[in-house]
Amino acid sequence: MTLALAVDFGLALLVLAVAGWTIAVRDTFAAVIGFVAYGLLLALIWVRLAAPDVALTEAAIGSGLTGLLLLGAAARLRAIETPATAPGTALRWVAGGLCVLVAAGLAALVLWLPDPAPTLAPMAVAHLPATGLGNPVTGVLVAYRAIDTLLEAVVLLPALIGVWSLASDRCWGGAPILRYPRQDGALTLLAQVLPPFGIILGIYLCWNGADEPGGAFQGGAVLAAMWALILLAGLADAPPVSRRWLRVLLVAGSAVFLAVGLAGIWIAEAFLAYPAGYAKPLILIIEVVLTLSVAVALGLLIAGPPAEDPT
Amino acid sequence: MMPEPSILLVLALVLPVAGLLLALVAGGRHAGRIALLLTPVGLAVAAAIAVGVVRADEALVYHLGGWAPPLGVALRADGLSAILLLTTAAIIGATGWFARAEFRPAPGQVEGRASLAFWTLLLALWGALNLVFLGNDLFTLFVALELLTFSAVPLVCLDGRAGTIEAALRYLLFALFGSVLYLLGVVLLYGAYGTLDIGLLSDLIQREPIALAAAALMTVGLLAKTALFPLHLWLPPAHAGAPAAASAVLSALVVKASLFLIVRLWFDVMPELMNPTAAQVLGALGAAAILFGGVLALRQARLKMLIAYSTVAQIGYLFLVFPLITRPESVPLAAADLGAELVAISVSTSAWSGGVLQAVSHAFAKAAMFLAAGLIAQRLGHDRIADLGGIGRALPITVLAFGLAGMSLMGLPPSGGFAAKWLLLMATIETGQWWWSLVILGGGLLTGGYLFRVLAPVLAGASEPVTLHAPVARYRELVVLALALCSVLLGFVRLGAFDLVQIGRLTTAGMGLP
Amino acid sequence: MIDGTTLFGLCAAALIGFGLFGLIVHPQPLRKILAFNLLGGGVFLLFGVIARRGAGAGLSSDPVPQALVITGLVVAFAATALAVALLLRLAQATGRITLDAAASDAAPTQTQDADS
Repeated sequence: MTLALAVDFGLALLVLAVAGWTIAVRDTFAAVIGFVAYGLLLALIWVRLAAPDVALTEAAIGSGLTGLLLLGAAARLRAIETPATAPGTALRWVAGGLCVLVAAGLAALVLWLPDPAPTLAPMAVAHLPATGLGNPVTGVLVAYRAIDTLLEAVVLLPALIGVWSLASDRCWGGAPILRYPRQDGALTLLAQVLPPFGIILGIYLCWNGADEPGGAFQGGAVLAAMWALILLAGLADAPPVSRRWLRVLLVAGSAVFLAVGLAGIWIAEAFLAYPAGYAKPLILIIEVVLTLSVAVALGLLIAGPPAEDPT
Repeated sequence: MMPEPSILLVLALVLPVAGLLLALVAGGRHAGRIALLLTPVGLAVAAAIAVGVVRADEALVYHLGGWAPPLGVALRADGLSAILLLTTAAIIGATGWFARAEFRPAPGQVEGRASLAFWTLLLALWGALNLVFLGNDLFTLFVALELLTFSAVPLVCLDGRAGTIEAALRYLLFALFGSVLYLLGVVLLYGAYGTLDIGLLSDLIQREPIALAAAALMTVGLLAKTALFPLHLWLPPAHAGAPAAASAVLSALVVKASLFLIVRLWFDVMPELMNPTAAQVLGALGAAAILFGGVLALRQARLKMLIAYSTVAQIGYLFLVFPLITRPESVPLAAADLGAELVAISVSTSAWSGGVLQAVSHAFAKAAMFLAAGLIAQRLGHDRIADLGGIGRALPITVLAFGLAGMSLMGLPPSGGFAAKWLLLMATIETGQWWWSLVILGGGLLTGGYLFRVLAPVLAGASEPVTLHAPVARYRELVVLALALCSVLLGFVRLGAFDLVQIGRLTTAGMGLP
Repeated sequence: MIDGTTLFGLCAAALIGFGLFGLIVHPQPLRKILAFNLLGGGVFLLFGVIARRGAGAGLSSDPVPQALVITGLVVAFAATALAVALLLRLAQATGRITLDAAASDAAPTQTQDADS
């Protein structure tokens, strides 16, 4: 067994153990901690799978932001958590059998995957010069499959409106309150030290995404995490959701993307096409605005609905 | 340069999305105005697409960004998409006009919580539906499904009561379970064939384990989102708890989006894999939904719950199309016989047209019923079926609309529901699958039963004077009546017009057997 | 001899099994949400395995599935945020954090003074 394979083997076992523990452990808070570790291990596996862009996204969003969100929820629900009635043994067995069946079937399919594997890599590389980009993943995201990325930015809006709609009528238009009830020194310190670095990292990821791993969503996620940290520590407050500038910031990324896409009908060959020679500058503009909008949307998704200030 | 007619597909997608962005920024009173201004434009675009499809006599296709699949993503509108785009635009428009009085900021208020959420989510939902009907890439369709879920779920609990929040959460959990299974199928297909474009996949796909597994996972996921029995548990509380305008859209349109994808999957992506046993299983689940939903609808005490269970039952009819379009093995088929082939094509034509007609007429009828129930609840202050006496005199137009919509659901001539069920019955006879005709007839009786339960007290008059609450604006009653009339008038659309549904089918039909 | 990519493929299959199990057996919504994310992680990992297998043209991994995962992760986060917000609101309104199966059939329509 080579060293690389031994590392992979260890990683796979570890992630399985953490996943099993996350499902099995009784305490919800512990399960969430397990999930954060799970996300970080997955990010390592993504590096091993030669997908650094995904590794960054997994660490930033899959583990970081989702972890933050779930930790907050587990902390708030802890007070009213009652020992849940354990599911019946029969259900456990039936569900267990079903899941073993599904997992075994999938494993068999993984072993049966065609060889050589079908791939779009050659096509993605061949057309990359037309976009002026160096990173093929960014090429897929903002050129070949631009529609998915545009819609992904749009998807955040109904989700956020859905979160906001859970406010009471009285609080509508006010600000979400994320502040952690017990102020502790460590959190404050973290919120003071980390954000400058995080913001630089976020900007770097966005700027660099054209040619190196990174991009709008990864950069936006890091920025959002920093913002959430500041909100949690109570160093700043979230803006009221009725602010016009906030709404503009939220939709700006999708709006610019949409506008460039529509202009493509006339100045290039199709909707969401870029005119020859101007692709890269246009893509950079889209990425920058999109990073900002994504950061604001992700941050507000964590912040929750507008609420009354408990203090 | 004169743009191609296929640019209309982009317009159908961009219009609601741009509306969502604008409405969120403008906020307040403007959100509703933007939505109401856009609906007639959207209806015109949908109509233009339908005309374009008929003129071209083939599907319209648009390559986004100029990138052809497999690298790029295509939009594609065939006859079925065009019909569903039209239905969606019409129902969203009507519902929007109906909801105008309900979702506006209170006097003196700049922006209301429920009003901003309703209008922006309605636009997002419309955009998601259009994308579902136009998308030709399985992953883009996944994003469309999620957009649809995130817009639909919060509409359920706009009133903020604990019961509806619980219904919304359960709905979301079911929907997410469905999405993840769908996505699992998508990755298997990409791993096996290296493309997610529906057209390219249909050429590449083989009858092999990975394709079958992907089809099974995606179907189960989509069934959870469609609320087909026994995965229907989330639907009644969610659809009944939502405000009337939201219920109308959810029941009439949203459940049909995932059903549409099941149809795409089986008839466009993998027609070769459609095997008679799978078709019979889907049909059996549909039959169970018809009977179970009908019986439970009979037992409901509240009008909106009754209508919601009726949706569970009516969805069942749509699944009868699967066995009826594929010939069961027991029916002799003279292989390679030209005559038999012609019969096969005509068979699938009536099942197919019947299914589409059922989907569209149910959409109009169900929207009308939920909106009517909303008006009744507003006028009476409750929606207890036992105490509906006297409402016939207070809201005659609404009750008439409810009755007309009910006629279509029951399948009484000359309604759209009658034509649909008639075509399905024809298909049962043509394919020699008489057992499904018992289900169709039994379902009609159950529908008649639960609608009679509502109409009997309504028409009988009140034993004691009814106390009336808030009055109802006349134009809102007329909107409901218009929807109900659409559902009935669909019965007069002769089959010729429904040739549109056959345009652009990837498979010519009737190819049930491998 | 098995290679690292296949190993991670098998690992993904097992993770999907774990996630599915958690989603079915845990009664508390927060645990269901957690299991959904765990399950999603497994599905995304399968994308990564497929991408790695599609290495070619000088790339060590097919960029298309990678891009799909990035989109999928953002969508899954939005879903989680909405689910958590609903759950917290439900807990605030009722003081309980389980979905009451018996309540599902209770008609949620009490009075509907829509225009008021």
